Amino acid sequence: MTSLKSCTVVLPTRDIDTDQIIPARFLTTTTREGLGDSLFHDLRFDADGRDIEDFPLNNKAAKGCQFLVAGNNFGCGSSREHAPWALLDYGFRAVISTQFADIFRNNSLKNRLLPIIVDVDTHTWLLSNPGVELCIDVERSTLSLPDGRAVEYPIDAFARYCLTQGIDQLGFLQQQTDAIAAFEEQRTWQP
Amino acid sequence: MPSAMTLFDRVWADHVVVPESADTPAVLYIDLHLIHEVTTPQAFSVLRERGLSVRRPDLTLATMDHSTPTTPVSSFQDLDIVSESAANQIRQMEQNCREFGIDLLGFGSDERGIVHVIGPELGASQPGKTVVCGDSHTSTHGAFGALAFGIGTTEVGHVLATQCLLQRRPKTMAVTLDGAVPHGVAAKDIILAIIGQIGVDGGTGHVIEYRGDAVSGLDMEERMTICNMSIEAGARAGMIAPDDTTCEYLEGRPRSPQGAAWDESVLRWQGLRSDDDAEFDTAVTIDASSLQPMVTFGTNPGMVIGVNDPVPDGAGDASFQKALDYMKVVSGKPMSANPVDVVFVGSCTNGRLSDLRQAAEILDGRKVADGVRMLVVPGSQQIKQHAESLGLHQIFTAAGAEWRESGCSMCLGMNGDTVGNGQLSVSTSNRNFEGRQGIGARTVLASPATAAASAVLGHIADPRKLS
Repeated sequence: MTSLKSCTVVLPTRDIDTDQIIPARFLTTTTREGLGDSLFHDLRFDADGRDIEDFPLNNKAAKGCQFLVAGNNFGCGSSREHAPWALLDYGFRAVISTQFADIFRNNSLKNRLLPIIVDVDTHTWLLSNPGVELCIDVERSTLSLPDGRAVEYPIDAFARYCLTQGIDQLGFLQQQTDAIAAFEEQRTWQP
Repeated sequence: MPSAMTLFDRVWADHVVVPESADTPAVLYIDLHLIHEVTTPQAFSVLRERGLSVRRPDLTLATMDHSTPTTPVSSFQDLDIVSESAANQIRQMEQNCREFGIDLLGFGSDERGIVHVIGPELGASQPGKTVVCGDSHTSTHGAFGALAFGIGTTEVGHVLATQCLLQRRPKTMAVTLDGAVPHGVAAKDIILAIIGQIGVDGGTGHVIEYRGDAVSGLDMEERMTICNMSIEAGARAGMIAPDDTTCEYLEGRPRSPQGAAWDESVLRWQGLRSDDDAEFDTAVTIDASSLQPMVTFGTNPGMVIGVNDPVPDGAGDASFQKALDYMKVVSGKPMSANPVDVVFVGSCTNGRLSDLRQAAEILDGRKVADGVRMLVVPGSQQIKQHAESLGLHQIFTAAGAEWRESGCSMCLGMNGDTVGNGQLSVSTSNRNFEGRQGIGARTVLASPATAAASAVLGHIADPRKLS
């Protein structure tokens, strides 16, 4: 993963929780696949399963857009990893906001969904300009706007390294087995 | 490491296997891994794909709580599981635990219950431990002075395989509660007031330590209610330093240290506190004597007011107004103006014995109002038995409430226990998100006493009027 280019869909509401992203009744699955159909289910579909017209994802212009611009504090609430799984399965590659909830942010990075934090001014502009084309440079941690300006976004160095080098974090942890065994051996009390 | 340490610093330092650097996070050892049926199947699949085993099944505690039915049954074969996919998930949990050598407190176990209720109840949640679970309310166990936080399914796989997590050191926040908590104000009211003050994202990136006289005076179940909802303020975890109250709770529990190990543990736990001159990244002080029973009016736990206060005005904020419209509440009017359809007492926040007692005190000799459905769901099978030995179930059923088997139930409505579309629910659970308790459900979070008083009067009510 080095760079991504796509258009935006805008969901301006603040504090969109993971129950909104994927309601609990869809969590009885035992796989990661196919959750895109349930993404934002109760905001996207009415009781009869028809599209709710004014929901941004149902706008024809939004089809195929891989970047979601969302209100502040996106992904709060439940730790369900089904939230980034559903966003990815639907086709999103990045979510852009001013702040993300910690667990959602962690879960997203582990699944190669980019949580991009931008300043309030950039966010305000993105919220009022749905559909614009943006470019994300993962190596340089920048988001390029249509006017050519590149905004740097914060990302943990290790998370970026894993994204760009395709590092598997479980594999990385397994390489620490000797240190883990030594820790277990040497600690002064046992749990 | 600064010379003056916080409680968090001490627990963190005690579990660092490999220190963090600019390039890599710390490798942090996990002492207790709680697992349940909903957030683990994909993690076990990864172990299977890679031919890995569970490193420490002895530090892994498994139960089933989220998608399990709470309807009373005469035999476990009669379980009315909500869907074939939920039944499959439950079967898979049984198979995964069997295959990987993990003890499962499943159907048929007297020790089954909500994962955050049984950890403490069995004495597995202890001061100074690191505790994780694929569930955000893992913060509950911080009430014991543990560092306890929720993780995703990928990280569940990391802990199963290595007993470790890759973690960046979070920031610290002190929430100090001074003064005496007024009579009639519950732990739920305290934590709702705290979230109202710091906001649903106020704790992001932080581990909170709750401290001060008002916190020391709380019993363990009250402390668990407070730490449980730390995540609703966005915090990674909530902690309270262990003291005599903590030790008295833990002594003699099945998984607590026994004999000489108990004495050694108590000595070690006594050192688990923040130094007087320890510095926190953020500090918040709250006057406990000013608190009152609280209820939420919007669609997140930070949208909260005193039970008799008017619903505030959003001043043109679109997200705020959207929440009011969803809840069908009106700025300027108190929440007592709203008739109630459903009352839920239960969950990892308020499904413990003291919570059931508080609800029963209000309901004793009274009736649930006509047209109101009330569901009482104990947090564990042990709590159910204990409550029944005290006759609490008779008070609930005599009042017209339903008395159920333990589980997460109507907190998240994934087992079939749901609130109907458009119905108003007063719930002792932790999240009033849109649709959390069912499609179109309107949830008002409150204490068990407020929930019970609302059930009796048929509208949102101040419990002090009935006690």
